[in-house]
Amino acid sequence: MWTSITEWESLQTGLAYFYLLCVLLNLGFAFYYFKVEKNLAAAGFWTVVSLAYGALAAGYFAHLGWALPVNIKNGIDYLMGPVIYSLGSVVAFCIVLYWRKFFTNPHVAWGMLNLSILAFGFSVTDKNFFDIVRKPDNVPIPLLIYSVGFFTWLALRRSVLNDQRMARGEAPLEKLEDEKVLVWPDLVYTELLAMIICTIILVAWGLLLKAPLENPATSAKAPNPSKAPWYFLGLQEMLVYYDPWMAGVVLPTMIIVGLIAIPYIDYNKQGNGYYTFSQRPFAIITYLVGFIILWVTLIVLGTVLRGPNWNFFGPFSYWDPHKVDPLNNINVSDIFWLHWFGKSVKGMHWFIRELPGIILVLIYLLVLPPLLAKTIMRSMFIRMGFIRFFVLVTLLQFMACLPIKMLLRWTINLKYIVYLPEFFFNI
Amino acid sequence: MSVGDFIRNSQVWKSIFRHPAPRDRRNRVVVMLTNVFLHLHPVSIRKSGIALSYTWCMGGITFFLFLVETVTGVLLMFYYRPTLEHAYNDILALRDVATLGVLREIHRWGAHAMVITIWLHMYRVFLTGSYKPPREFNWGVGVILLVLTLLLSFTGYLLPWDQLAIWAITVGSNMARATPFLGHEGPGSTFLKIGDTPLIHNGSDARFLLLAGRSVGGDTLLRFYVLHCVAIPLAVGLLIAVHFWRVRKDGGISGPL
Ligand code: HEM
Repeated sequence: MWTSITEWESLQTGLAYFYLLCVLLNLGFAFYYFKVEKNLAAAGFWTVVSLAYGALAAGYFAHLGWALPVNIKNGIDYLMGPVIYSLGSVVAFCIVLYWRKFFTNPHVAWGMLNLSILAFGFSVTDKNFFDIVRKPDNVPIPLLIYSVGFFTWLALRRSVLNDQRMARGEAPLEKLEDEKVLVWPDLVYTELLAMIICTIILVAWGLLLKAPLENPATSAKAPNPSKAPWYFLGLQEMLVYYDPWMAGVVLPTMIIVGLIAIPYIDYNKQGNGYYTFSQRPFAIITYLVGFIILWVTLIVLGTVLRGPNWNFFGPFSYWDPHKVDPLNNINVSDIFWLHWFGKSVKGMHWFIRELPGIILVLIYLLVLPPLLAKTIMRSMFIRMGFIRFFVLVTLLQFMACLPIKMLLRWTINLKYIVYLPEFFFNI
Repeated sequence: MSVGDFIRNSQVWKSIFRHPAPRDRRNRVVVMLTNVFLHLHPVSIRKSGIALSYTWCMGGITFFLFLVETVTGVLLMFYYRPTLEHAYNDILALRDVATLGVLREIHRWGAHAMVITIWLHMYRVFLTGSYKPPREFNWGVGVILLVLTLLLSFTGYLLPWDQLAIWAITVGSNMARATPFLGHEGPGSTFLKIGDTPLIHNGSDARFLLLAGRSVGGDTLLRFYVLHCVAIPLAVGLLIAVHFWRVRKDGGISGPL
């Protein structure tokens, strides 16, 4: 709830200007369809949308106090959890990729942009959400979401167009601009313009928004939650599922190694120097999963939905530091010895105790790759050769570590597959 | 003779720019070849390679942001002292009293923006398949640049010496304690010992190396300061030179064959 009335009032004024900007955006879009594309229906439709934004702006200028209804907020908070959030983003991701032709249509994409703007605009009318968004160091998050969204749209759109062209036997769009031009003036002027625009944006941003400075450092009292800088929140989120040696050392190392290895394992010669999806679906889907699902959405989750003690909070709920999430996590050794054989693991030699988990890990690392080479990835194995194939599969296996552990945690409350506190070796 | 012509015909002007203004084809070529900064570019380039819809200009913007960070960073170094006594107060003064204290804002927002633009640059390089032969090596150089950029941001995060800073670094560097073999709580570290004396303890492990102490303190601040202001920027500058050189040697910005 808004405790300070002036804050709520000034937020409404801010929102009014925000919606005014949306009016302009949509008018510009409509004007483009009117003037360049001569598409009257589209121009009319987006003009109506901009009028709707105008009404919103007027309402907020008049301080009518429009806010997201409490029932909706409670409903979203109630539904939202790590499971729904993660599965939801995966499902949305699959839908967009599968129907990419539909979703990259400029009108559909523009409509989705408008929906996201509305969702954002109404969300900030909630005090708890607003407090997260307005932290100065969180400003990069909307920037990240919208720029990644925009460029994903742009790349997919160009891919769809190119794929259609190539299916008709034509060359990709990039080929149409094959001739050479002089760098002066064609490139240097673009660069100059880009530098000027960047400078203006940076200076304006610097003048409008103060960089954060909290209380002087003291090792006596840790803030709760203690969050890493936003670009590392994906790694911090992994700490929920893995111990620091995996989440903080092994997996990041594998990310770096894997990225460097990409050009050497991708044997597909097609799709070099132009946008395409259908000529290299495997590579693109893998990269998108890594970047969008396992990196960007985890950063958003870490910023918006993780509160004190790294507990999960719905976007509109109050960050209660005393919230306790009951944990009754169990290890593979418990499941095997206790649940299946009724034996207590206390006093057992560590090797016997953890043998089931160790065997599972070894099967995953050593038996699965040849199995894949023999079955569903057989044609890849033949074309890639032994070394490339095993590097690829190992990297994919490490990439799959996180989703696998997430699923195990959500379904059977699994904590560790191998639990060897004797050697700090927990997986 | 107009003033402009007078200047352009003077000995001083001609000693700097050794050819007439780049208005015709010949001089547009010459200008690219005689100016050391412009010479980073080729003289002519495939039109598709400079289309905004192709490169998104993200590599260039990342480079520009690196330059902005360097310039604003050097200016901030005149003011800021990396000691427990002064660090926080210097930042406070930058915020409240220093003329041009806005440099700190520009430096911080520029750093955030650079992390985003470098990801986007990498995203477009991937989606256009530009890492494929003959550009494999330059992709690798890029990945190292990415890691160094993140480390630059991370080391800079500590310098204001406020609660945000030391706890973010504490969270981050706690991982180092769990490095396999080299962290005192890492798997395998207990095996490294001579007789009964462990080699890896909290005064000798990877985290200690990073923090110059058992916890984030004054020595950490100095270490991060040197890394942030000298060591990493030098490495990044060097690698950017390699990166640009290779963009040209690998056949310029990629395009369809
Ligand atoms: C400080 C960071 C970086 C700077 C300043 C930088 C700058 C640039 C610039 C200016 C270009 C020319 C084309 C363009 O603008 O897209 C380029 C190309 C390229 N960059 Fe980067 N880059 C950086 C990081 C990276 C990273 C992280 C990667 C990938 C992991 C990467 C891989 C490449 C490749 C493969 C090319 C050649 C692309 C082509 O020919 O189309 N760079 N870089």
